[in-house]
Amino acid sequence: MMTLREQLREKISAAFYRHGLLCASYPVPIILFTSASILTCCYPLLRLPLPGTGPVEFTTGVRDYSVPSHEPQGDLGERPDWYRGPPVAYIQQVLVKAAVSPWDSSLVTVDVFRSPLSRAFSLLEEIRNHVHSDSLETLCLQVTGLFPGLRRMQSVLPEHGCLLVSPGNYWQNQRELFDSDPDLLKTIQKHEPKGLHTSATLRDLLFGVPGKYTGVSHYNRKRVVTYTITLVLSSYDARFLGSLRARLKQLHPSANCSLRDDHMVHVHFKEEIGIAELIPLVTTYIILFAYIYFSTRKIDMVKSKWGLALAAVVTVLSSLLMSVGLCTLFGLTPTLNGGEIFPYLVVVIGLENVLVLTKSVVSTPVDLEVKLRIAQGLSNESWSIMKNMATELCIILIGYFTLVPAIQEFCLFAVVGLVSDFFLQMFFFTTVLSIDIRRMELADLNRRLPAEAGLPPPKPGPLRPREVPPPPRPSPHTITLQTPAFRNLRLPKRLRVVYFLARTRLAQRIIMVGTVIWIGILVYTDPAGIRTYLAAQVSEQSPLGDPGGGGLPPHLGVAPVFRGGDPTSTLSIHPAPDPTPLPENQSQGHHGSARAGPLPQAPPAVPQITWGAEDEEGWRRLSFRHWPSLFSYYNITLAKRYISILPVIPVTVHVSPQEAIETRHPQDTRHPPPPIPKVSADLQTDLTLYKVAALGLAAGVLLVLLLFCLYRVLCPRNYGQNGVAHGRRRRGDLPCDDYGYSPPVSEISPLLLRGHSMDIECLASDGMLLASCCLAGQIRVWDAQTERHNIDFNGCWEQRDGWDSVGGATEPECLGSEARGPSVSGDGLSEEEDSYPLRHRTAPARPTLFTDQPDLTPLIDTNFTSQPPSHLSTPPREGFDFGGLVERAYIEHEPPSNSTYPSPSSATADWESSVWAMELRGNLIAAGRSSGKLELWDAVEGSLRCSNEDGVSGITALAFLNNRIVAARLNGSLDFFTVEINKPLCLLQYRGAPGRGSMPPSPCYSSEDVISCQLTRSVQCAHQKPITVLRAAAGRVVTGSQDHTVRIYRLEDSCCLFTLQGHSGGITAIYIDQTMVLASGGQDGAICLWDVLTGSRVSHVYGHRGDVTSLVCTTSCVISSGLDDLICIWDRSTGIKLYSIQQEVGCGASLGVISESLLVTGGQGCVSFWDLNFGDLLQTVYLGQSSDGQGVRQLLVLDNAAIVCDFGSELSLVYVPSVLEKLD
Amino acid sequence: MSHCAPVSLRTCLTVYLTTNLGIRGAMLFSVGVFLALVLNLLQVQRNVTLFPPDVISSIFSSAWWVPPCCGTASAIIGLLYPCIDSRLGEPHKFKREWSSVMRCVAVFVGINHASAKVDFANNVQLSLTLAALSIGLWWTFDRSRSGFGLGVSIALLATLATQLLVYNGVFHYQGLQYTSPDFLYIRSWLPCIFFAGVITMGNIGRQLALYEYKFIQEKTHQD
Repeated sequence: MMTLREQLREKISAAFYRHGLLCASYPVPIILFTSASILTCCYPLLRLPLPGTGPVEFTTGVRDYSVPSHEPQGDLGERPDWYRGPPVAYIQQVLVKAAVSPWDSSLVTVDVFRSPLSRAFSLLEEIRNHVHSDSLETLCLQVTGLFPGLRRMQSVLPEHGCLLVSPGNYWQNQRELFDSDPDLLKTIQKHEPKGLHTSATLRDLLFGVPGKYTGVSHYNRKRVVTYTITLVLSSYDARFLGSLRARLKQLHPSANCSLRDDHMVHVHFKEEIGIAELIPLVTTYIILFAYIYFSTRKIDMVKSKWGLALAAVVTVLSSLLMSVGLCTLFGLTPTLNGGEIFPYLVVVIGLENVLVLTKSVVSTPVDLEVKLRIAQGLSNESWSIMKNMATELCIILIGYFTLVPAIQEFCLFAVVGLVSDFFLQMFFFTTVLSIDIRRMELADLNRRLPAEAGLPPPKPGPLRPREVPPPPRPSPHTITLQTPAFRNLRLPKRLRVVYFLARTRLAQRIIMVGTVIWIGILVYTDPAGIRTYLAAQVSEQSPLGDPGGGGLPPHLGVAPVFRGGDPTSTLSIHPAPDPTPLPENQSQGHHGSARAGPLPQAPPAVPQITWGAEDEEGWRRLSFRHWPSLFSYYNITLAKRYISILPVIPVTVHVSPQEAIETRHPQDTRHPPPPIPKVSADLQTDLTLYKVAALGLAAGVLLVLLLFCLYRVLCPRNYGQNGVAHGRRRRGDLPCDDYGYSPPVSEISPLLLRGHSMDIECLASDGMLLASCCLAGQIRVWDAQTERHNIDFNGCWEQRDGWDSVGGATEPECLGSEARGPSVSGDGLSEEEDSYPLRHRTAPARPTLFTDQPDLTPLIDTNFTSQPPSHLSTPPREGFDFGGLVERAYIEHEPPSNSTYPSPSSATADWESSVWAMELRGNLIAAGRSSGKLELWDAVEGSLRCSNEDGVSGITALAFLNNRIVAARLNGSLDFFTVEINKPLCLLQYRGAPGRGSMPPSPCYSSEDVISCQLTRSVQCAHQKPITVLRAAAGRVVTGSQDHTVRIYRLEDSCCLFTLQGHSGGITAIYIDQTMVLASGGQDGAICLWDVLTGSRVSHVYGHRGDVTSLVCTTSCVISSGLDDLICIWDRSTGIKLYSIQQEVGCGASLGVISESLLVTGGQGCVSFWDLNFGDLLQTVYLGQSSDGQGVRQLLVLDNAAIVCDFGSELSLVYVPSVLEKLD
Repeated sequence: MSHCAPVSLRTCLTVYLTTNLGIRGAMLFSVGVFLALVLNLLQVQRNVTLFPPDVISSIFSSAWWVPPCCGTASAIIGLLYPCIDSRLGEPHKFKREWSSVMRCVAVFVGINHASAKVDFANNVQLSLTLAALSIGLWWTFDRSRSGFGLGVSIALLATLATQLLVYNGVFHYQGLQYTSPDFLYIRSWLPCIFFAGVITMGNIGRQLALYEYKFIQEKTHQD
């Protein structure tokens, strides 16, 4: 079984390998092929209807109408797909136009509509009681109760029985209530919604014509009232309707009516998306985008992150489209709402595979060919990809057996989507990835060539200088040369400010565009709302209430279906071109006189009722939401269904003035007609228009502001710090540059420890003491006694190997810094006081070898200014509170120490050589010199305790453990020394603050002891090439050399235990700790994890392009930094890369771990703190004001969570209290 | 940290931690309220084909206390999960990424969507499907025993509480306000939805807890 699985695995792996080779070899044809197949698969989608919310209609004749069958009939070409089966309802409207005629001047405005409206009741009665083989009760749509939430509507809309709507509903269809209603308009108005109404109002529903055409108002100058009685029928009975039509026409003849009655219109409504449906939809899409964002953010170590992220999204989206297309092709019409299930499909298919592929490919060795990298990356992940896919298919299959049709359909889409996603991953994404990797390599090549040419050798890392044979004398040239190189690097950063701004603005714009689109969608989904309203307002404003005559198309914003509608007012400009229907009881003369003066301002005495083409399909003037909202009140949806609208039945009613007066309510006459009919109305509409505009504007502004606030909340002020929206910036943000944006205000003030005259070469600490050594050979020891915010530094003593500059006058700054000597304080006063060593040094006459360049010849002029313990033990209050006053402290402190304790030189040391390695244990400093000499200095007193000159090759690295010193030499030999003390160990009292248990268990030596240093063993050919790294821990000594090997020695007997081979380049970094975990990094960019006990390789990963410069481990992860300015964080147990941080070019490669989750890196004039859990930059501390290119090359984490790093010729101590708290 | 100088750093840290806890709680609360509103709307949509304009307001006016309750519950759950993780000493290591959390939330909404929109043949089928989906959610995004236990117990408790409320007439299911009461239907999806919600909230809470340290730092910056 196992073998079968293995075989399968191997086969899959091999297949993937070959496939990867193929993809990387022929990228362009494959991409073309994939695009073609995507397009082919998506082709069937063209036949699917485009999403839209407007209804569509279809007209048939009335005479030969029969209910369409359910089965699709092929022959009927123009018949739409939806025209199948019976409609939801048949709508029969009875359009009533009523007027009091002739108009009597004794009538009041209320009479215009009171008596015409009252006629509705008798008409209703007539309709209800009409019987022709069937009664209305059997034909009409029976409704069973209103929507429960609509308490307001309960009294108005019919709650049971026939759905029959008329204005009479306002009065419960009871004439008595109508008659006793003192104010009809108020009753009508009472039910109107407050504020802006966006869909059909109750008034529209009941009157059946748009509100302004009803004529029910005080300002009705035409004095014609229009309303409809709407019957909703569930079944169609031509005979009943015909007899009803005939009866009504007979009762109320419309003389000049020539309305066609031979066409019925079927209106099909699409899926409607309201706000309520939109909210969950929008939510799912927001979650989807968040998912995509967080997923693609993980793409790393590629040339174009955005490009690959886009490719990933394209892969998923087009696989979905392909899935839908394929399903459509094979006759499966999607019944699910595509927009709704789409996010879930994306989430199910997921972006994980794509990310896994990317990760796998980028973690292949960089020195391989691109083709091979792709192939290898693919084959590495082939098994997991196949396994995942099989699992997902299984899950979906299970879902298929739920036998729920919707879930089955979803699963079907998901399966096809998964398969097509796999196809696209394999062909499309892999190819894109190969192109990207190739581009990256090209760019890398371009980048590295000038960089390597421009940078001097000492730049790369702390260990690099030792690999090359050192110059006979470390000249300051190498240091001063660095500056221009750094300055050059700074130039493109300025350019980046522009990019940075551009990028942020881009994000803002995207948000703005999104807002606009969103608003657009809102407006689009509710076209009956504001736009129609505005259009209506505009048309109303046209002079003489004549919208039809002007150039204004009144259906400005109405959906296309209403194009045919011509919502002109009932009485058009044609002053009754046809004979007016005259009731018998009206005298001709009266009529004639009325026609004689049809003044615009004076309304005609006889209201003229005309029937135009616009009345034929009067429902078109209504909002297209009219019918859906009417049905929705009864919880009936019209989405994806249709209704049939029957031809309208015209009814003309003339009411005599006497009747109008009779039907009057006593209070009607008390209402005087409002005096200002026209102007105020105009003003009112004007105001409404402006109000609408202002409200819209305000809403827009508010929305933009809201989004802006949201944006600010999501993306904190400094994008470089914790920006959420800029995943790319955030990772790669430079800790060490001064951009246009303000760097974070660091409250952690670094303490600058000055005193060295040249760049610091070595740093060593044992927790209590800190020793630093500069290129000049000067060793300074600092006592870091820190207590919370009060940091007291006592410069204990200094051992100076003075360099004098004879020809130094040519380079004043060099001389100046040199002359100042130990008390470089930037203060003239101390310079004066410090004249002693200066004078002393200028005395000897060295031959001037070079006059044109600084020749800093060494001079036997060791100036020991040692301090007695009494000085050290000065109470802290007299000591220096360095809360920001470092410099002043030195003014106070340094001069006395120099002037008081000048000690003559002890010329025992070899001053020609510089210190290359230094270690500090107890109070002994072990210094390895370039001459091969090992010296032991007393760290407290500053005296040379012993020295050993057994070796001749320069000591490149030192390890000091217990009483053993291991020295690695340039020639590859390894020397073991034993430090012997004549007196037993004793603890020195003045060292070590009480209560601090973190003191390392290192032996202390008193000044009385005689210390000797014996070479116990020398391994001559430990390595073939210079030893670059030496680390000791847990009784083991580990050496790494340029000969590509790592060796492990036992400390006690200096026996070589293992030789570890596995790197293909020189070893540049080694980490070993007490848990016997060994990590090594080499020039090949590889990191190996070894088991020290067995000597076996645990894992081998490629993480860097170029040397690994530094390695640190925490208990859970390994952190490496490389020459490619990348910091990679690896999982310690599995060797899987968790993430990487891209730093700016030229950032330091020094690393330090403060706690489990806090990483500190040295940068260009700054140190940065990173959160290891996320790779987020927590804080950047700038060491100096200028930060001009002084890279931090060495970084030491002290026990009390202080960080010491070199900063040019200064030491910088950064103390992070919050970090300390975290440790606690 | 200069403002910290007079007080001891430990005090400072405690202040930070509590504010951080507050921030986390507030975020979880808002997420809970938001999800409750949205999912409630989804459930209502099951019974309402089209929303007349007046319905939405009536939904939000009645039983206004439900979303805050959901928010509070989700805040408690979201804080409880990381707490329990640290108490048990088994930190949750499985898929701790925002993308995974987002996927989890999306699947949770999807389960709700399915329960609201999909028509099942009977309630047993509905229950089984939802249970399978919820367990799948747990297996995909959580896989911790503590998470499962907490999820199941909270789901049972919450279902019990809801049923008590309903039988005492304090609360009507939003979705059923408009149709005849169908408690069997409700009972079949409620525990599963609760379980999935607990898992989701726990996931979010754990992810937010990762930011604990970050918030301290941000706070330091702002000060």
